[in-house]
Amino acid sequence: MKVLALLHTENNMLPRAALETISVARSLGGELTVAIFGGSAATAANKLAGCGAAKFLVVEGEAFLQPRYSTDTAAATALIKAANPELILAPNTSRFARALPGVAQRVGAQVDTHIVGITAEGNSVKVQRWFYRQRILTTFARVARPWLLLVDGGIQAPYEGAAGTVAAEAVAVTQVDSRTTVNGVQAPAADAQTIRPDAQLLFVAGAGWTKKQKDGQYHIGEASTLIQGFLQKAKASLGSSKSLVDLKSEGQETLSFMSHMNQIGQTGSTPRHQKGLSTCCHGEEPHAVGWRFISERRAINIDANCGWAQGKADVVYIGDAFEIVSKINVLLG
Amino acid sequence: MSNGFQIVVCGSLVPDPLQTLEPVTTPQGPGLKNETMLPSVLDPWSAHALFEAANLAKQVAGSKVWLVSLGPKAKLQQLMMTVAQKVPFELIAIDGNASGFTDAQQVATALADAILAIPGLDKSKLLVFGGCASASRDASVTMQSVCERLGISEFFAGVDEIKASADGSFRVLERIEGGQYLDSTCAGAPAVLAWATGNLPEPPNNPQVGMMNMRGVMPALQKAKPAAVGVGGIAYEKVEIPAQKRATRVVKDVTADDIAKEIIEWLKA
Ligand SMILES: Cc1cc2nc3c(=O)[nH]c(=O)nc-3n(C[C@H](O)[C@H](O)[C@H](O)COP(=O)(O)OP(=O)(O)OC[C@H]3O[C@@H](n4cnc5c(N)ncnc54)[C@H](O)[C@@H]3O)c2cc1C
Repeated sequence: MKVLALLHTENNMLPRAALETISVARSLGGELTVAIFGGSAATAANKLAGCGAAKFLVVEGEAFLQPRYSTDTAAATALIKAANPELILAPNTSRFARALPGVAQRVGAQVDTHIVGITAEGNSVKVQRWFYRQRILTTFARVARPWLLLVDGGIQAPYEGAAGTVAAEAVAVTQVDSRTTVNGVQAPAADAQTIRPDAQLLFVAGAGWTKKQKDGQYHIGEASTLIQGFLQKAKASLGSSKSLVDLKSEGQETLSFMSHMNQIGQTGSTPRHQKGLSTCCHGEEPHAVGWRFISERRAINIDANCGWAQGKADVVYIGDAFEIVSKINVLLG
Repeated sequence: MSNGFQIVVCGSLVPDPLQTLEPVTTPQGPGLKNETMLPSVLDPWSAHALFEAANLAKQVAGSKVWLVSLGPKAKLQQLMMTVAQKVPFELIAIDGNASGFTDAQQVATALADAILAIPGLDKSKLLVFGGCASASRDASVTMQSVCERLGISEFFAGVDEIKASADGSFRVLERIEGGQYLDSTCAGAPAVLAWATGNLPEPPNNPQVGMMNMRGVMPALQKAKPAAVGVGGIAYEKVEIPAQKRATRVVKDVTADDIAKEIIEWLKA
C-alpha cells in the first residue's frame, strides 16, 4: 500500500500533530512518502530522515507561509498528485481541517476526519471515529482509493527518530490568484490567554460561578480572581460550559476572560488533557461530551444531588468551589 | 457594496442534544433508534450561521438570505415551526436522509445542486454559509465540498466574525489552535464561510417574521426534490456507545481544607 503522510510546517517547524501523524503512518506499514509544505519545508524534512520514508516531497514559497484555503489546497493537490498514494494521512490541524476536505474533492479522494484509531492489514484499512459529537463510536472501512484521513491528535506519540539530510524533491504548484489576504494571527490578550492545549489539566468552569451564592449575593469578581489565580498557578487550560459563555452574548455580567472559544461540549470543543477538574457545572455536556478525551476526571459541586458528574467523574467533591479553589490557590503558593 | 449579497445558508436538523441516542442497524446503514420520532433542532453551528447571515443582510442593503435544508420533509416542516420565527429567509428544502451516518460528499452534491438551481443566482454576490461541523456527522467536510462543487476559491473555517466593507470586501476571523484567530481579508464574494458560534445571541421568536417566512415554507416543502443521500462507500463494521460509566467516589461532609489537600495531591501525582 502506498501511504502518503501529508504535513505542513508551523512557524518553520513541524508541529507535534505532524510528528504524531508520522508515527501513525509508520504503524501501518506500506511504502511511505512524506510531503511537506510551508515555510522551511525542506529543512523540516531533514528532521524525519530516519522515519523510513522512501521519498520526500516539498512545496515552499511565499504563498505557502500563511494558512489560506486557495493556496493550501493548491499545494496539497500538487503534492498528492506527485505522490499518487492510495492512503493519505494528515494531522487534523486547523490549517488542514480547512483545506483538505476541498483537496479530496479535487483529487477524487474519499475523505474522513477526526480519525481516532486506524489499523491496516495489507491493503485493507479500518478506521475509528465518533459520530453525534463523541456519543457514538464507529469502526468502518472504504474500498475506494485514494482515501484521505485527517487524524486527531493524541492517538500516537510523536515520532522522535534521528534527524539527517534527505534529498527532498521540490514540487511545482501552479500559481493561484487568491482573493484572500492574511492579516495575521490575533492572540487573546495576556489575561485572556486561557486555552493551553498542552496543559496537563483542563479546569472546567460552569455557570454556578456566576450564580447567587450562600449569602444571597453574586461574587463574579471573586470568581474571576480565583479562577485566574488557579489557572496561573496550576498552569491549567480553561474550559467552560455553554451556559457560562452564553451569559456574555446575552449581555449579562460574567467572567471577562471567558469566550465561546473556551466552551467544551457538543457545540464547543472536546480537548485532550490528562486530567479534568469541573467546578460549578451541572450539565451532561461538560461531563460527557466535553470530557470524552480526558483521562482522569474530578468535579466540585455544592449540590449533592447533581447527577451528571456521577458515573462520568472518578471523584465528586460536594462542597463550595469558592472555598475549595481559594484553599487550593493558597496551597499552590 | 451595491445590490447586496446573496447569502445561502446550508443547515439541517439534528436530534435535540438532550435526547439519548441509541444506534440501530437499518437496511440503509446505521441509524438511531426511533429516529423519526426524536425531537430535532437546527444543527447548532448552522443556526449560528443563519443568525449571522440575517445580521449581515440587515447591514448590507439589498442582501437576501436563503436556507437550504436537507432532511426528511415532515421533520423539516416541524423544525420550521421554530426556526422560521427567528430571522427572515427563504427556504429551499431537499427531501432526504439527514442522518449523521451519511457520506458528506453525497450531501454536498445535493446542496450544491440546490444552490445552483436558485433562480436569479448571481455568483459575484454569493456568500455560502454553513456550520463548521454538524452535531451529527461532525466531519467538517460538507462545506468545503460544496465550495469546490460551486467552483468557489475562497473558503473560511470556524468563523466567528465577518465585517463587510463598503467596497464589497470583508474581514473574517477564523478559529485556530490555542484560542487564537486567523485574521484575513477577502476581496469580495463569492466565498464560503463555515461558522463556529459567531457573536450573536439566539434571536427571540418574532411572530411577524414567522408569518412572513411561513408563506414561503409550505410551497418550498411541497417543491422539495428528493435526494439520494446515503452512506456511499462507507462500510460500517461497528457502531456502538462504548460503556463509559465510572465508579464515582462521592466525597461529602469533608472540610474545604481537606478537599483542597486531596485535589493538590492528585494534581501533583
Ligand atoms: C443545542 C444545544 C447545544 C448545547 N451545547 C453545549 C455545549 O457544547 N457545552 C455545554 O456545556 N453545554 C451545552 N448545552 C447546554 C447544556 O445542556 C447545559 O444547559 C449546560 O451545560 C449547563 O451549564 P452549567 O452546568 O454551567 O450550568 P448550570 O446547569 O446552571 O449548573 C450550575 C451548577 O453550579 C453549581 N454551583 C453553584 N454554586 C456553586 C458553588 N459555590 N460551588 C460548587 N458548585 C456550585 C450548582 O449546584 C449547579 O449544579 C447545549 C444545549 C443545547 C440545547
